[in-house]
Amino acid sequence: MKKDMTCIVCPIGCQMTIEEKADGTYEVTGNTCKRGPKYAVNEMTNPTRVIPTTVVIQNAMLPRLPVKTAEPIPKGQIFDAMAVINQVVVEAPIKTGDVVVKDLLGLGIDVVATRTMDKC
Amino acid sequence: MIYDVVILGGGPAGLAAAVEAKNDGAENVLILERDRELGGILNQCIHNGFGLHTFNEELTGPEYAERYIQKVKDLGIPYMLNTMVLDLHDNGNLKAIHVINEENGYMIIETKAVVLTMGCRERTSGAIGIPGYRPSGVFTAGTAQRFINMEGYMVGKEVVILGSGDIGLIMARRMTLEGAHVQAVCELMPYSNGLVRNIVQCLDDYDIPLKLSTTITFIHGKDRIEGVTIAKVDEKLKVIPGTEEYIPCDTLLLSVGLIPENEITRNAGVVMDNRTNGAIVGELRQTSMPGVFACGNVVHVHDLVDFVSEEAVLAGKGAAKYIKGDLDTNVTFTTTNGDGIGYVVPQQVSMKNVEEKVTFYMRVRQVFKDKVVNAYIGDQLIATKKEKKLLPAEMVNFKIAKDVLAQYPAGEIRFVVEEAK
Repeated sequence: MKKDMTCIVCPIGCQMTIEEKADGTYEVTGNTCKRGPKYAVNEMTNPTRVIPTTVVIQNAMLPRLPVKTAEPIPKGQIFDAMAVINQVVVEAPIKTGDVVVKDLLGLGIDVVATRTMDKC
Repeated sequence: MIYDVVILGGGPAGLAAAVEAKNDGAENVLILERDRELGGILNQCIHNGFGLHTFNEELTGPEYAERYIQKVKDLGIPYMLNTMVLDLHDNGNLKAIHVINEENGYMIIETKAVVLTMGCRERTSGAIGIPGYRPSGVFTAGTAQRFINMEGYMVGKEVVILGSGDIGLIMARRMTLEGAHVQAVCELMPYSNGLVRNIVQCLDDYDIPLKLSTTITFIHGKDRIEGVTIAKVDEKLKVIPGTEEYIPCDTLLLSVGLIPENEITRNAGVVMDNRTNGAIVGELRQTSMPGVFACGNVVHVHDLVDFVSEEAVLAGKGAAKYIKGDLDTNVTFTTTNGDGIGYVVPQQVSMKNVEEKVTFYMRVRQVFKDKVVNAYIGDQLIATKKEKKLLPAEMVNFKIAKDVLAQYPAGEIRFVVEEAK
């Protein structure tokens, strides 16, 4: 099977073609870096995405703290992940990289803060 | 106190320019920022995809900003927050910057060099003149982004987005993740104005339809928006009668373009380019006013922050050179946009200031497939850049080596889209 896809790893957005061989391996063309084939194979077998969102933060300059999943999570579980992340309330101070949800949905992936917010 | 370099704006361009100027020997550098914190628009761009060129890893906007803010702090570069610049005056060797803030009132800051990094702002519904009432629920995409990502207010539940610029696409996903239903993204042009990757990961992932050659012809609702009428347009962008369709919604987001914020630049008398709506700049981002430099979205709207940082390094270098008296002011080449190209930055090149190469940034006017961008001086083809696909949404980044340019004494460098040979 052959499939055309746009690589979303970086903003260059290479137009790639992936072909599944008879032996079950994949051949990827059109990529300009080694991240392309990895993304293309993932997209065929288990598509994943990093989820950037926010959680409630108290005693900080702003009421929301930006966070992301430290690794991409399976596409099918994005809304389950959002339901968990939307329950989180943290207290300032927070530093970039601080874990706000440990082991999200049992995936072994944490949700981490993406900015530092001091107490105020 | 007389500063060496004062930077007008603490967003990505200003931060990177300040760091470079300081590293290149400018001692007294100052950043002026009107917001309550440094980082500019990156603070509300919580999505990932930043920094792949600069840091070789994928960061979110706030993480990218924080890297530069940390550099500014490590170098001990002072900054003033909540500070509005009102005016810039050229007093010969020194520039006078008129500023105001709550703490100090009205101040005049004197400096040898200035870097303009005010960025850009969004076009609003007024700028595109959609007929109908003016109900609440109509936001620019960036305003909605700030409300949701920083202030914690959800702006609506049933959403239509007009314009397929990157902020609009990013907001389509963001609204969906937060539980809203995005009915459609409508785009006037027959192609998207956003990066292809954003169409894939923001629209396709969530089955949000992208309606090309479609515009909004009426906004319904008096107090709160109740719906919009959309319609198809022909090749001349005129509405095709009979194609109207009503979509009920409580929110309309506009992602219809960005305008460089150049009031200070214009008032100061800096020569502007009406193709970019920014100042005419040289290879080190020097403007027509000696000692005044400009970089980032205030010069031309970029699609990647990585290229803003790259350009800011040039301006920082230029400012540091200028205060040392090392900046050459003789223009060797001018640049121009030929067939298929909308604009070129820089508009001028002084060869004595060039180190290894000059990177020319430009945008094509329409979608081209299997074409090349050629650079000519007179009839002489001097360089070619191949691209599988040229899109107006994706800035072309055309590097020409110093050795190649040095073969010509002077002239105009013309960039054109042509058939590949």
